[in-house]
Amino acid sequence: MSAVETARLVAIGVLLAGSLLFTLVSAVGVIRLPDIYSRAHTASQADTLGAGFALAAVALSLGVQATTAKTVLLLLFIFLTNPTAAHAIARAADEDGIEPWTSDDDRTARDLAPDRSDDADASEPARDGVDEEGGEPA
Amino acid sequence: MSVGTGDLATDLFLGTAALFVVLAVAMLYRAVDGPTMQDRVLAVNVLGTNTVVILALLAVGLGESSFLDVALIYALLNFLMSVAISKFTVERGGII
Repeated sequence: MSAVETARLVAIGVLLAGSLLFTLVSAVGVIRLPDIYSRAHTASQADTLGAGFALAAVALSLGVQATTAKTVLLLLFIFLTNPTAAHAIARAADEDGIEPWTSDDDRTARDLAPDRSDDADASEPARDGVDEEGGEPA
Repeated sequence: MSVGTGDLATDLFLGTAALFVVLAVAMLYRAVDGPTMQDRVLAVNVLGTNTVVILALLAVGLGESSFLDVALIYALLNFLMSVAISKFTVERGGII
Protein backbone atom coordinates (compact mmCIF):
# COMPACT_ATOMS: atom_id res chain seq x y z
CA MET A 1 0.00 0.00 0.00
CA SER A 2 1.45 3.29 -1.07
CA ALA A 3 1.72 6.35 1.14
CA VAL A 4 -1.10 8.12 -0.70
CA GLU A 5 -3.43 5.17 -0.17
CA THR A 6 -2.58 5.05 3.53
CA ALA A 7 -3.22 8.79 3.89
CA ARG A 8 -6.56 8.42 2.15
CA LEU A 9 -7.58 5.55 4.41
CA VAL A 10 -6.64 7.55 7.51
CA ALA A 11 -8.59 10.56 6.24
CA ILE A 12 -11.64 8.36 5.59
CA GLY A 13 -11.40 6.94 9.11
CA VAL A 14 -11.13 10.38 10.70
CA LEU A 15 -14.10 11.70 8.70
CA LEU A 16 -16.26 8.69 9.60
CA ALA A 17 -15.35 9.00 13.29
CA GLY A 18 -16.23 12.72 13.20
CA SER A 19 -19.55 12.00 11.56
CA LEU A 20 -20.39 9.40 14.20
CA LEU A 21 -19.43 11.83 16.99
CA PHE A 22 -21.55 14.70 15.70
CA THR A 23 -24.52 12.45 14.92
CA LEU A 24 -24.31 11.01 18.43
CA VAL A 25 -24.37 14.56 19.86
CA SER A 26 -27.40 15.31 17.67
CA ALA A 27 -29.22 12.15 18.79
CA VAL A 28 -28.56 12.85 22.48
CA GLY A 29 -29.70 16.46 22.01
CA VAL A 30 -32.93 15.58 20.24
CA ILE A 31 -33.79 13.04 22.92
CA ARG A 32 -32.65 14.93 26.05
CA LEU A 33 -33.16 18.67 25.45
CA PRO A 34 -36.22 20.27 27.06
CA ASP A 35 -38.28 21.85 24.26
CA ILE A 36 -38.83 21.95 20.51
CA TYR A 37 -36.67 25.05 19.90
CA SER A 38 -33.53 23.62 21.48
CA ARG A 39 -34.15 20.32 19.73
CA ALA A 40 -34.46 22.10 16.38
CA HIS A 41 -31.19 23.89 17.18
CA THR A 42 -29.23 20.68 17.72
CA ALA A 43 -30.93 18.95 14.79
CA SER A 44 -30.01 21.74 12.41
CA GLN A 45 -26.35 22.08 13.40
CA ALA A 46 -24.87 18.86 14.79
CA ASP A 47 -26.80 16.56 12.46
CA THR A 48 -25.90 18.62 9.36
CA LEU A 49 -22.21 18.48 10.22
CA GLY A 50 -22.38 14.74 10.90
CA ALA A 51 -24.03 14.08 7.54
CA GLY A 52 -21.49 16.37 5.85
CA PHE A 53 -18.54 14.45 7.32
CA ALA A 54 -19.99 11.08 6.29
CA LEU A 55 -20.72 12.24 2.73
CA ALA A 56 -17.22 13.74 2.49
CA ALA A 57 -15.81 10.34 3.45
CA VAL A 58 -17.95 8.71 0.73
CA ALA A 59 -16.75 11.23 -1.86
CA LEU A 60 -13.12 10.69 -0.79
CA SER A 61 -13.49 6.94 -1.07
CA LEU A 62 -15.06 7.08 -4.54
CA GLY A 63 -12.19 9.13 -5.98
CA VAL A 64 -12.40 10.96 -9.28
CA GLN A 65 -15.41 9.58 -11.17
CA ALA A 66 -18.92 10.57 -12.19
CA THR A 67 -20.67 9.30 -9.05
CA THR A 68 -18.53 11.59 -6.89
CA ALA A 69 -20.37 14.53 -8.44
CA LYS A 70 -23.65 13.08 -7.14
CA THR A 71 -22.18 12.77 -3.64
CA VAL A 72 -20.93 16.38 -3.66
CA LEU A 73 -24.34 17.57 -4.89
CA LEU A 74 -26.00 15.55 -2.11
CA LEU A 75 -23.65 17.15 0.45
CA LEU A 76 -24.43 20.67 -0.78
CA PHE A 77 -28.16 19.91 -0.84
CA ILE A 78 -28.14 18.62 2.74
CA PHE A 79 -26.12 21.63 3.91
CA LEU A 80 -28.77 23.91 2.40
CA THR A 81 -31.99 22.09 3.22
CA ASN A 82 -31.41 20.62 6.69
CA PRO A 83 -31.18 23.96 8.57
CA THR A 84 -34.03 25.29 6.41
CA ALA A 85 -36.29 22.40 7.41
CA ALA A 86 -35.42 22.83 11.09
CA HIS A 87 -36.15 26.56 10.81
CA ALA A 88 -39.52 25.83 9.19
CA ILE A 89 -40.41 23.37 11.96
CA ALA A 90 -39.38 25.80 14.73
CA ARG A 91 -41.35 28.60 13.09
CA ALA A 92 -44.41 26.35 12.78
CA ALA A 93 -44.06 25.62 16.51
CA ASP A 94 -43.96 29.36 17.25
CA GLU A 95 -47.04 30.03 15.08
CA ASP A 96 -48.75 27.17 16.90
CA GLY A 97 -48.31 29.01 20.22
CA ILE A 98 -45.69 26.81 21.92
CA GLU A 99 -43.81 28.78 24.58
CA PRO A 100 -40.01 28.48 24.76
CA TRP A 101 -38.61 26.81 27.87
CA THR A 102 -36.41 29.05 30.05
CA SER A 103 -33.96 28.04 32.76
CA ASP A 104 -36.04 29.54 35.60
CA ASP A 105 -39.02 27.43 34.54
CA ASP A 106 -39.99 24.30 36.46
CA ARG A 107 -42.43 23.11 33.84
CA THR A 108 -41.54 20.46 31.28
CA ALA A 109 -42.05 20.76 27.53
CA ARG A 110 -45.23 18.70 27.85
CA ASP A 111 -46.75 21.42 30.05
CA LEU A 112 -45.72 24.20 27.67
CA ALA A 113 -47.51 22.68 24.68
CA PRO A 114 -50.87 24.26 23.79
CA ASP A 115 -54.03 22.39 24.67
CA ARG A 116 -54.80 19.64 22.20
CA SER A 117 -57.79 17.36 22.49
CA ASP A 118 -55.72 14.20 21.87
CA ASP A 119 -53.12 14.64 24.65
CA ALA A 120 -54.85 17.14 26.94
CA ASP A 121 -55.89 14.42 29.39
CA ALA A 122 -52.26 13.46 30.07
CA SER A 123 -50.93 17.00 30.58
CA GLU A 124 -53.82 18.59 32.44
CA PRO A 125 -53.13 17.38 36.03
CA ALA A 126 -49.41 18.24 35.86
CA ARG A 127 -50.06 21.82 34.72
CA ASP A 128 -52.64 22.41 37.46
CA GLY A 129 -50.20 21.17 40.09
CA VAL A 130 -47.44 23.49 38.89
CA ASP A 131 -49.70 26.53 38.71
CA GLU A 132 -50.92 26.08 42.29
CA GLU A 133 -47.38 26.01 43.58
CA GLY A 134 -46.85 29.49 42.13
CA GLY A 135 -44.00 28.57 39.79
CA GLU A 136 -44.88 31.50 37.50
CA PRO A 137 -43.43 34.85 38.74
CA ALA A 138 -45.81 37.79 38.33
CA MET B 1 -17.69 -10.34 7.12
CA SER B 2 -16.75 -7.97 4.33
CA VAL B 3 -18.89 -8.09 1.22
CA GLY B 4 -17.25 -6.12 -1.59
CA THR B 5 -13.54 -5.93 -2.24
CA GLY B 6 -12.87 -7.03 1.33
CA ASP B 7 -10.40 -4.36 2.38
CA LEU B 8 -10.34 -2.24 5.50
CA ALA B 9 -12.22 0.72 3.97
CA THR B 10 -15.21 -1.50 3.17
CA ASP B 11 -15.41 -2.70 6.75
CA LEU B 12 -15.13 0.90 7.97
CA PHE B 13 -18.07 2.02 5.83
CA LEU B 14 -20.26 -0.96 6.72
CA GLY B 15 -19.52 -0.60 10.46
CA THR B 16 -20.27 3.12 10.39
CA ALA B 17 -23.54 2.40 8.56
CA ALA B 18 -24.50 -0.10 11.30
CA LEU B 19 -23.85 2.49 14.04
CA PHE B 20 -25.84 5.08 12.08
CA VAL B 21 -28.77 2.64 12.04
CA VAL B 22 -28.62 2.48 15.86
CA LEU B 23 -28.64 6.31 16.10
CA ALA B 24 -31.54 6.53 13.62
CA VAL B 25 -33.60 4.01 15.59
CA ALA B 26 -32.99 6.09 18.73
CA MET B 27 -34.82 8.96 17.01
CA LEU B 28 -38.00 6.86 17.11
CA TYR B 29 -38.23 7.59 20.84
CA ARG B 30 -38.77 11.29 20.16
CA ALA B 31 -41.07 10.54 17.22
CA VAL B 32 -43.34 8.42 19.44
CA ASP B 33 -43.08 10.34 22.74
CA GLY B 34 -42.67 13.96 21.52
CA PRO B 35 -45.35 16.03 23.21
CA THR B 36 -45.99 18.37 20.29
CA MET B 37 -46.56 17.57 16.64
CA GLN B 38 -43.46 19.58 15.65
CA ASP B 39 -41.30 17.33 17.86
CA ARG B 40 -42.43 14.35 15.85
CA VAL B 41 -41.79 16.08 12.51
CA LEU B 42 -38.31 17.09 13.67
CA ALA B 43 -37.52 13.54 14.79
CA VAL B 44 -38.66 12.11 11.44
CA ASN B 45 -36.59 14.77 9.66
CA VAL B 46 -33.43 13.79 11.56
CA LEU B 47 -34.23 10.11 10.93
CA GLY B 48 -34.51 10.86 7.20
CA THR B 49 -31.15 12.66 7.18
CA ASN B 50 -29.60 9.63 8.89
CA THR B 51 -31.22 7.40 6.27
CA VAL B 52 -29.64 9.45 3.48
CA VAL B 53 -26.22 9.03 5.12
CA ILE B 54 -26.79 5.27 5.59
CA LEU B 55 -27.71 4.90 1.91
CA ALA B 56 -24.57 6.80 0.84
CA LEU B 57 -22.38 4.67 3.14
CA LEU B 58 -23.93 1.46 1.82
CA ALA B 59 -23.35 2.65 -1.75
CA VAL B 60 -19.60 2.50 -1.05
CA GLY B 61 -19.66 -0.44 1.36
CA LEU B 62 -21.65 -2.72 -0.93
CA GLY B 63 -20.32 -1.29 -4.20
CA GLU B 64 -23.79 -0.32 -5.47
CA SER B 65 -23.45 3.16 -6.93
CA SER B 66 -27.18 3.29 -7.72
CA PHE B 67 -27.84 3.72 -3.98
CA LEU B 68 -26.55 7.29 -4.39
CA ASP B 69 -29.48 8.07 -6.70
CA VAL B 70 -31.86 6.68 -4.09
CA ALA B 71 -30.17 8.83 -1.42
CA LEU B 72 -30.53 11.95 -3.58
CA ILE B 73 -34.26 11.36 -4.12
CA TYR B 74 -34.71 10.56 -0.42
CA ALA B 75 -33.06 13.86 0.57
CA LEU B 76 -35.39 15.77 -1.76
CA LEU B 77 -38.51 14.03 -0.40
CA ASN B 78 -37.33 14.46 3.21
CA PHE B 79 -37.02 18.24 2.85
CA LEU B 80 -40.35 18.44 1.03
CA MET B 81 -42.04 16.41 3.79
CA SER B 82 -40.76 18.68 6.57
CA VAL B 83 -41.73 21.93 4.87
CA ALA B 84 -45.12 20.62 3.72
CA ILE B 85 -46.14 19.32 7.16
CA SER B 86 -44.90 22.53 8.81
CA LYS B 87 -46.91 24.64 6.38
CA PHE B 88 -50.17 22.74 6.42
CA THR B 89 -50.47 22.37 10.18
CA VAL B 90 -50.50 26.16 10.75
CA GLU B 91 -53.59 28.07 9.74
CA ARG B 92 -51.98 31.31 8.65
CA GLY B 93 -49.15 29.75 6.60
CA GLY B 94 -46.00 31.72 5.76
CA ILE B 95 -43.45 29.36 7.28
CA ILE B 96 -40.17 30.30 5.58
